[in-house]
Amino acid sequence: MDQPLLELKDICYSYHSLEGETIALSHISFQIQKGEFTAIVGPSGCGKSTLLSIIAGLIAPESGEIIFHGDSPPQAAQQPCTLTPSCPRIGYMLQHDHLFEWRTIYQNVILGLEINHMLTPERLGRVTQLLKDYDLYKFRDKKPGELSGGMKQRAALIRTLVLEPELLLLDEPFSALDYQTRLSVSSDICSIIRSTGKTALLITHDLSEAISLAGRILVLSKRPATVKCDIPVRLTLTDDSPLASRNAPEFKDYFNQLWKEISDENHRQPEFSGKI
Amino acid sequence: MKTTDSLSFQEKYERDHRRHHRMVLLARTFILIIFLLLWEGSTRMGYVDSFFFSSPSQVLMCFLGMVKDYSFFTNTGITLLETIASFLLVLLISMLSATLLWHSQKCSEILEPYLVVLNSLPKSALAPLFIVWLGTGINTIIVAGISVAVFGSVINLYTGFRQADEEKIKLIYTLGGNKRDAFFKVVLPGSVPTILSNMKVNIGLALVGVIIGEFLAARRGLGYLIIYGSQVFRLNMVITSVIILCVIAMGLYEGIQMLERCYQNRL
Repeated sequence: MDQPLLELKDICYSYHSLEGETIALSHISFQIQKGEFTAIVGPSGCGKSTLLSIIAGLIAPESGEIIFHGDSPPQAAQQPCTLTPSCPRIGYMLQHDHLFEWRTIYQNVILGLEINHMLTPERLGRVTQLLKDYDLYKFRDKKPGELSGGMKQRAALIRTLVLEPELLLLDEPFSALDYQTRLSVSSDICSIIRSTGKTALLITHDLSEAISLAGRILVLSKRPATVKCDIPVRLTLTDDSPLASRNAPEFKDYFNQLWKEISDENHRQPEFSGKI
Repeated sequence: MKTTDSLSFQEKYERDHRRHHRMVLLARTFILIIFLLLWEGSTRMGYVDSFFFSSPSQVLMCFLGMVKDYSFFTNTGITLLETIASFLLVLLISMLSATLLWHSQKCSEILEPYLVVLNSLPKSALAPLFIVWLGTGINTIIVAGISVAVFGSVINLYTGFRQADEEKIKLIYTLGGNKRDAFFKVVLPGSVPTILSNMKVNIGLALVGVIIGEFLAARRGLGYLIIYGSQVFRLNMVITSVIILCVIAMGLYEGIQMLERCYQNRL
């Protein structure tokens, strides 16, 4: 088997306050192969976003190891609640597009290049190409307020893609959109990710979205989160677009299986949360 | 010409909008004219003593006299210069201080009570100290102007910086940026409305501080004319100077508002 793109070994993380310690993640281990589209689902507040922040290198785990391409990236500062710059090989898409309203779409899209001092003619040419490919070129001088939710989310994806990350972390990027836009945007973004051959890790609350987009689903338990089960998704369809996937005969079985795993978790009392 | 019935809803809306603005402008002018007429009339008819209360015609004569002997230009010029210098220094000091406080949470926690106390202190109480420390002259007056506005300005700007969107700051880190990038790409551009509204308050406060300074430590300027006029009972000079001050305050405020409009149009 090939060397995994990303490997997490025994990742643990706790939040600290004067009220006590809250264990968010407990001994999380899994691997992600290159080109894989993996979804992570789990009960609300189980620590999914914390896990993504750790993978991105924004916060440091209390223990455990993250191995990227066989070597450990520089660890984030060991200071609670202190963000550190993300690993450049990892792209991160947040829940909202967070386009800056004082910048045009073009200026928003090149933000990452500006920060990383990578404003070369080749890269800017690639920005223009991406804007053309995803139907945003004629809106490049508009402010974000003039675009629809779906267009803004596409611009946010381009902002992440221009840095050419090897791994894309998607932290519920469609949750702020209405249902109709969400279906079409998730479909668009999935095809963009597939066409660019990126490895992606998606966090979502929407089980249907996870089944239709991902090739593999990790279910996290209630806090303190551990990997409860790892479900490979195999749908027998010739058209593997996310919208068509929802009509696959296996779709319902996967949905029921995931639903059972999540509802079991919701009925379980938290193992521990409080002062130690 | 279109009749009322043939106007579209949009045209009706625009017509009503224009009418409303005309009415507001007319009412404002009307109030001013009535006030001036009542003032002039009551002094001419002897209801009010013009020695103490002056009158619009005497104020006009005094103003023309000041223009003729150039005292209007020298005194207004010096007050304006001191006010703008104080204002710009307040802006610079408060921006630098608020940036430092934003950068260091520890520093802001340590300095917070000092800032609150200094902001609450009546700054006119400090003016005599400035005279002892710096002597009389333009420096003392500029420092007096700064002292009135600077502490409140630091607190307001720092509060504005702290309210920057945490998620946008996180985005900067996800793109590989650091705290400096977060400040220059998110905090500072996102705080422009706060900075502009803070500037509107500061320009007025700087003028207040400069006038306090001129009361105590000047031989030129509108504040000096006011205090000198009151001491020698030349109340025409006092009231003329106060009216010039009103116009200056309005002009400076309007200048900042124009800046704000320019910024809003760019958005």
